[in-house]
Amino acid sequence: MSDKGTGPHPAAQDGTLVRIRKLTRVFDVSKPWLNRVIERLPRARLTAVSDVSFDIPERGVYALVGESGSGKSTIGKMVVGLLDPSEGEVRVRDVDLASETDAAKVAAARSEIQMIFQDPYASLNPRWRVRDIIAEPVAARGGDTRGLAERLLEQVGLAAEDAVKYPHEFSGGQRQRICIARALAANPKLIVCDEPTSALDVSVQAQVLNLMSDLREEYGLTYLFISHDLTVVQHMADTIGVLYLGRLVEEAASDALFETPRHPYTQMLFAAAPRMDAYGREVEPPKGEIPDPINPPAGCAFHPRCPIAVARCKSERPEMRRVGGARVACHLAE
Amino acid sequence: MSEPTLSLRDLTVEIPTRHGILRPVDRVSYDIAAGEILGVVGESGAGKSMAGNAVIGLLNRPARIAGGEVWLNGTRIDELGREPMRRLRGKQIGMVFQDPLTSLNPLLTVGDQIAETILEHLPVSRSEARARAIAALDEVGIPAARDRVDSYPHAFSGGMRQRVVIALALCAEPSLVIADEPTTALDVSVQAQIIALLKRLCRERGTAVMLVTHDMGVIAEAADRVAVMYAGRLAEIGPVAGVLGAPRHPYTVGLMGSTPGASRGQRRLTQIPGAMPRLGALPQGCAFHPRCPRRGLNCDVDPAPRLDADGGRAACWYPVTETEKAEA
Repeated sequence: MSDKGTGPHPAAQDGTLVRIRKLTRVFDVSKPWLNRVIERLPRARLTAVSDVSFDIPERGVYALVGESGSGKSTIGKMVVGLLDPSEGEVRVRDVDLASETDAAKVAAARSEIQMIFQDPYASLNPRWRVRDIIAEPVAARGGDTRGLAERLLEQVGLAAEDAVKYPHEFSGGQRQRICIARALAANPKLIVCDEPTSALDVSVQAQVLNLMSDLREEYGLTYLFISHDLTVVQHMADTIGVLYLGRLVEEAASDALFETPRHPYTQMLFAAAPRMDAYGREVEPPKGEIPDPINPPAGCAFHPRCPIAVARCKSERPEMRRVGGARVACHLAE
Repeated sequence: MSEPTLSLRDLTVEIPTRHGILRPVDRVSYDIAAGEILGVVGESGAGKSMAGNAVIGLLNRPARIAGGEVWLNGTRIDELGREPMRRLRGKQIGMVFQDPLTSLNPLLTVGDQIAETILEHLPVSRSEARARAIAALDEVGIPAARDRVDSYPHAFSGGMRQRVVIALALCAEPSLVIADEPTTALDVSVQAQIIALLKRLCRERGTAVMLVTHDMGVIAEAADRVAVMYAGRLAEIGPVAGVLGAPRHPYTVGLMGSTPGASRGQRRLTQIPGAMPRLGALPQGCAFHPRCPRRGLNCDVDPAPRLDADGGRAACWYPVTETEKAEA
């Protein structure tokens, strides 16, 4: 796949912070070897992410949406370096995190990336004081942490006195604020947010989303925002990539995507999402479920559920192509 | 028809603790008619699930019904003992919980589980029960029900499992179904399927549904009427188009403003300052007043006006009026 016609927005070429090319991750989900020998089973492989390419412009908010098993969290983990890609590359400021051999360069690039996780109850060490939790990313690199936690706590809307407390003394929303403070401590450029508000109540979610927007303005942050919630994504993102079974099926600017979704899967997803103004509406719910990722359908993975699929979709996988302002992986989209 | 299927009258649930008595449900009254879906919405700790558990007699000790009445089809059920209540559950009240994997027995086939419920509650033979189990699975949209009836729960996907749970809840033909966050663990497209299924079955059979959820979008899609709960009390109740289209209680207004997508094109979400108070430290007067932008002088003294089953819509001294809505 060359960049011609399939590459991301040309305008984003300069000022691109993260460049992801042909990213693929395969997990070995085989049974233990003895079972394989006795039961004569072959090795089983699950392709969680397959051939995904996109760019995140500096100070932009790029959102990945998809249902469970679409590979959105796996991409997030590869971007921060918690997982190694099977193929392809993640470039942050032109440093390929997986293949670069200069350790200093990798460390410098990594220090600009932080992550916020979904569950604020599981992502804070219950035995550490909030001060130590927040200062950890700086302390780990031998930086100066005096007063850092107190300053950041005030930034995220908590009190400096909270630094001596333990995580269990806080509510879910407050814990997520602590996670945000920890992410900010290392002065990152990019924050990968994996479902940062899906464990929170709506009114608390609103507070956290507003805080994230404010911090982005103040620190000039870039977000890779991973969520299954279309309304949250629509609210936060500049650009949205829609994933289905490990592949990017559509990418467009947020407004354009919601105005004219072009891929049949995106259309199905939007029609199925519950809407606040939907009372009294009677719609036919989408058919079928996400197929087994270990044996995905041939051709376009969406063709068994697609209302407009033709014979070609069953045999030939559609490449990403440019349609209007969007990139779409569908033979028929226009 | 005029008599509602379920009536709550001043239902109060109390939990005695060392630090005093907590009231997770405080004098809540509402009716659900046959064939109607009442959405009960609120944030965590609002008491929405606790009210449902009180109706089906599944309160965990030391929580107990401390006052009020629960009427099901003209019979008072809150004073029933354990054994009559157990016979009522499943027969007259079906239940659908959030996590379909934990509400199914992993060691029994889905067919056996459904047949067991049918045999317990209906006077039918074993083979008739099995036939009905297959029909029930077929009705909830499980493909090849005749082949899948002998499968175990682990062989089904999340959405299919929730369909099995719905088949289980409806197989004894109850008049009331309590669905507690039935779609929260599911993906968007599967969620839409489950909502459509619940709506269709309840309409066809005239089953009353109490749909407990935190998701305003699900309420908008599924419910006929909405009850909004805050800190154990009913804040607002009314038809879904009224409550979501023109909310009157300041909390409902805040909740709508916090939901992304409701305020389209807005860069910032409207915030409700603060957080829901803990039950042990409820403020005096109206429980919402410390966070309320419309509070008046009496709000921190007088408890909010209570909502009777057929009374007003918002439990508030200064509700948003029609004219204000038109000006905004």
